[in-house]
Amino acid sequence: MSKLVITDLHVTVDTEDGPKEILKGVTLTIKEGETHAIMGPNGSGKSTLAYSIAGHPKYTITGGSVTLDGQDVLSLSVDERARAGLFLAMQYPVEVPGVSVSNFLRTAKTAIDGEAPKLRTWVKDVNGALERLNLDPSFGTRSVNEGFSGGEKKRHEIAQLELLDPKVAVLDETDSGLDIDALKIVSEGVNRFREREGKGVLLITHYTRILRYIEPDYVHVFVDGKVAESGGKELADQLEAEGYDRYLKAAQV
Amino acid sequence: MTVTTDSVRSALEQGPEHGKVESHLHPAGSFDVADHEVPTGREEIWRFTPLKRLKGLHADAEFMRSATSCTWNTPEGVRIEGVSGDEARSLRGLSGLVPNTRWAARVLAEVPSTLLIDVPADTEVSEPIVVDLDGEDVAVTEAGHVAMRFGAHSKAIVVLNHTGSSTIAAVVEIAVGDGADVTVVSLQDWADDAVHLSHHQARVGRDATYKHAAISFGGDLVRMDANVTYDGPGGSAELLGLYFADAGQHIEHRIFADHTAPRTKSHAVYKGALQGEKAHTVWVGNVLIRKVAEGIETYEENRNLVLTDGCQADSIPNLEIETGEIEGAGHASATARFDDEQLFYLQSRGVSEQEAQRLVVHGFFNDLIRQVGVPSIEDRLLTTVEAELAKNVLKGLGSLAAFGSDD
Repeated sequence: MSKLVITDLHVTVDTEDGPKEILKGVTLTIKEGETHAIMGPNGSGKSTLAYSIAGHPKYTITGGSVTLDGQDVLSLSVDERARAGLFLAMQYPVEVPGVSVSNFLRTAKTAIDGEAPKLRTWVKDVNGALERLNLDPSFGTRSVNEGFSGGEKKRHEIAQLELLDPKVAVLDETDSGLDIDALKIVSEGVNRFREREGKGVLLITHYTRILRYIEPDYVHVFVDGKVAESGGKELADQLEAEGYDRYLKAAQV
Repeated sequence: MTVTTDSVRSALEQGPEHGKVESHLHPAGSFDVADHEVPTGREEIWRFTPLKRLKGLHADAEFMRSATSCTWNTPEGVRIEGVSGDEARSLRGLSGLVPNTRWAARVLAEVPSTLLIDVPADTEVSEPIVVDLDGEDVAVTEAGHVAMRFGAHSKAIVVLNHTGSSTIAAVVEIAVGDGADVTVVSLQDWADDAVHLSHHQARVGRDATYKHAAISFGGDLVRMDANVTYDGPGGSAELLGLYFADAGQHIEHRIFADHTAPRTKSHAVYKGALQGEKAHTVWVGNVLIRKVAEGIETYEENRNLVLTDGCQADSIPNLEIETGEIEGAGHASATARFDDEQLFYLQSRGVSEQEAQRLVVHGFFNDLIRQVGVPSIEDRLLTTVEAELAKNVLKGLGSLAAFGSDD
């Protein structure tokens, strides 16, 4: 049973003009087996939420709490959070020159599990995950994210999701920059993860497109650093028809 | 983090200096020792080098009887031997070198013998020629001259492997025949007290391929100048460097790609890491594109990874262009600490900070180690990088189980 609880989360980022508050009290609970979509316009703080949960040093938590199965996430280092069961699929995965994908995956798996994976099954697992995401097995010898196309980067993130098997996955605009074929492949990967026992997914997106392939249980509209409205998947259809204007105007008042 | 990347366009906008033949960085040469003053340290080419620690090699230290043993293998078809007298004299300047320092002029004038590595034309040498130079007495100031002659269309790899303790000045001259394919690796794996001043001068023949790799780990002071000129059009030079400076070490690499012929190429990549108090590295990359050198391509790059406080990495790319008729020219220099985004990405996958740092450093060097292209020394380099990392970055890191070689 996994449960990610975000309570009244306030986050600032340092700017030239001093700290600027980006998250202004986010409250959200993701129970096991649930998929929550967070939708919002650019600059609403969606990515900040994702990176704050993962522990990026750029963001300062000024209030609130995040717990995973009751454990205080915010007191953990970035790697401890991952080992506790959090995974962030990044919008802009980082290039790590000279480090091969296979070495990276094995190192990460070893860190998460606390022991090196069994070689025989691991190679099979890796090849299977790459294949399901339509990535050539030779992918393993390439440097992490270096020279990857936008689609390859995202598929590589989802391959990691399959292999590292976290409790809760935060997907930050995983759909951005994908053509329809890649979007389907990525969505199938996320759905395979969702089918596993007790997994939670926080799906951050700007567009409703991906929600045709990954059906959320809840949709939250994110505006100006907090959740403006929550509902079922019908809320996404409404957003598709009406856009964010209504919420943006409300936020400006 | 500082990054500079210049394109030829911006370099041209600064304006080529018309009528200039010799770069100010490379004073006119002479074989006559008397033509060279003892450097004071204020000269451009000496300004980074702590002369005091050279034990007089740059000035007038006696070149004593060698205390550095020199052994080698002799693959089939290759002549390797110490020669003296007229033959040794005839090899001085084999690479087109006209000394621009007092010490190099002294080496050519005073050292009685030369180690000759002679690969005849059309010979493909199947295994690397490895010359082991093992220093036994750091109190002995000495000098050496090595001449490598690769005939037309020959193919060979030479590794100069420096270990132990020496105080040595060495001139290595390399003549790469037309169409030849040559790799020269110089490995400075010295003990902590060694002093090594060296000048590698190569002349690259028409359509020849020359790769030079300078790898410096050990020594109190290591300075190497790796220079290239071209004998004819179509020659290509790849200048690689890898260095790791620990506390108190001074490691200085200078390159000079002198494009003396049209349609030639030079590509330089030097990467270094620094750790510990007063670890100092210097990289000066000089490229001169002469008027005659139309249609050339050049790119030079230096990257330094600063692992701890108290280190200094100087990195100076110089590009002088006397003709605008070129294919491409550029340079990049970056000196940085660990990239936070890379560390965050790795840590977000559960990898500890130290392990992430180790991955990043290995990654930083891995590509370069592969580019050296000599499988027999790849493992050794990876092991050495690991040992260097163990000194600081990975202190206290336990299990290495997760880190295997790349497959």
